[in-house]
Amino acid sequence: MISNVTDEKIKFLEEKAKDIRISIIEMLVAAGSGHSAGPLGMADIFATLYFFILRHDPKNPSWKERDRLILSNGHINPVLYATMAHAGYFPVKELLTLRKFKSRLQGHPHREFLPMLETSSGPLGSGLSQAVGMAIADRMDFGKTSDRFFYCLMSDGELDEGQSWEAVLLAGKEKLGNLIVIVDRNNIQIDGYTENIMPLEPLSHKFESFGFHVEEIDGHNFSEIIGAIGRAQAVFDGPSVIIARTIPGKGVSFMERDYKWHGSPPGTEMKGEPPKDEQAKIALHELRTLGGQIKSEHE
Amino acid sequence: MINNSQKLNTKLFDKKVEQVPIRSGFGDGLVIAGEKNPQVVGLCADLTESTKMNLFADKFPKRFVEIGVAEQNLAGVASGMSAMGKIPFISSYAMFSPGRNWEQIRTTICYNDRPVVIAGSHAGVSVGPDGGTHQAIEDIAITRVIPNMIVFSPCDHIEARKVTIASATLGKPVYIRLAREKTPVMTTDETPFEVGGAQLFYGEEMKKADVGIIATGALVYRALQVAETLKKENISAKVLNIATIKPLDVSGVTEIAKTCGAIVTVEEHQIAGGMGSAVAEALSQNFPVPIEFIGVHDKFGQSGTQDELLEHYGMSETEILNACKKVITRKV
Repeated sequence: MISNVTDEKIKFLEEKAKDIRISIIEMLVAAGSGHSAGPLGMADIFATLYFFILRHDPKNPSWKERDRLILSNGHINPVLYATMAHAGYFPVKELLTLRKFKSRLQGHPHREFLPMLETSSGPLGSGLSQAVGMAIADRMDFGKTSDRFFYCLMSDGELDEGQSWEAVLLAGKEKLGNLIVIVDRNNIQIDGYTENIMPLEPLSHKFESFGFHVEEIDGHNFSEIIGAIGRAQAVFDGPSVIIARTIPGKGVSFMERDYKWHGSPPGTEMKGEPPKDEQAKIALHELRTLGGQIKSEHE
Repeated sequence: MINNSQKLNTKLFDKKVEQVPIRSGFGDGLVIAGEKNPQVVGLCADLTESTKMNLFADKFPKRFVEIGVAEQNLAGVASGMSAMGKIPFISSYAMFSPGRNWEQIRTTICYNDRPVVIAGSHAGVSVGPDGGTHQAIEDIAITRVIPNMIVFSPCDHIEARKVTIASATLGKPVYIRLAREKTPVMTTDETPFEVGGAQLFYGEEMKKADVGIIATGALVYRALQVAETLKKENISAKVLNIATIKPLDVSGVTEIAKTCGAIVTVEEHQIAGGMGSAVAEALSQNFPVPIEFIGVHDKFGQSGTQDELLEHYGMSETEILNACKKVITRKV
């Protein structure tokens, strides 16, 4: 169960999220390709999970009792790698090898290269099935006495995939109280805004009707993230989903809420955006001085 | 003549040879695998009885998960369970698993190198009346092309049982190709079985013969019948049974090519990408000889009886016989 959240703890998480965002920009610039918006938008949730929620041991990644974090939308792996590095799984400087030949940090997560990952992912819509399988296996072995949790992080766009809903059906059927899904509700996908490409609303009603306990939160508010996970952990008779409203590109003024930055790294020539040679400099300056807390002009 | 060292069914060529569906061997083998190892679990996509997984589900209800008609989820859930130390067996019709869920098998099972066993039942045109939608004749091609995957195609229910028991011990992704129809029982409990080893069912090891037939699955029986017919015409043949298509027994295949100088491959599958293609890949590098391929010629199946369809699509005994005679004339 989650202990009380102090202001000091939240400050600590804010610092971690800032470090993670800076690393995301640095690694994307070094790689010259990759996704920007999703990783920046999920930095606060990743910081909260790895630095407050998860029972894990970065020095012993194969510890059997650990909670499992399954990243379904593998394309936001810069945030996964950056968080793991800052948590002590591997050296922070290794982040600069992202997407390079023979790097452990493949363009999409591959656990043959980096065995400390819980799975490989990238093709969308498969992660929840795997998390459900893990949660079922844990129930088979330990029943409801197990206090291990299975966190599946997925995007809103990948809810277009039919397989996501096959897994949702099964999670409801099996009443997996040990499963906590976190949906990155950032409203963008590659071709545009989710509600134009394939409307998902009313999303919370959809999950509820499949037997999920639903939490809707601001994905940048640490107290809300922690509170929602705590309430989800307390639900024993069924799976939970946390629909986390996030700002894609959070912390970099010219990227925030703009779907064009879904799949592009800083340093991309784009109409109406800062000159490509200055994008990384602006992004890093904003992150270092404002720590990701700038207000978007759309707000 | 029958290779005695293989301890095959002595009543093999009797008109009343015992016939049992290959998928039954999977059902029996899975129960044995489950008894041997408590980590073995079963998952099915709404075809528990037709794939014979019901035997396991009845015996170990707490180790069985009914997934519903959702083959993509079937593959992903199995991958997740294997990550927690389970050895999941998943079953459906071959057309849907590994057909419909091919990418999930590739990414969540094979790319992760997880020990999930995929049992694809009702493979081949012999499924018959159900028609082309349900006749998987591409499954060998799409599974053997994936890295880390082991591919089995047993010839009868006894071999299917051995394959199933072995699959639980390999620690790798496995595909087992199964057929629905009753199939003549060729092997016995004593027939040697080895993962990755081809077995010479007909002819003598190291001896020369006029033609080598390399066959897999239920059609091995027809290959043996053809070898007997050829003998009456004073043509000597060997029959090599391929239960493991991947990894292929390259030395066994090369040996039969060297001693026969001409090969006919026989399978109930598209010629493109199937077992015959695997044999051709091996022989072209190691010991090139003329090859004729028995299989489906780039067509979809249709409704009909097993015999009607095997004849229509060029896999009858007559076709195998003619291919043997033809390939002998191609010897240089």
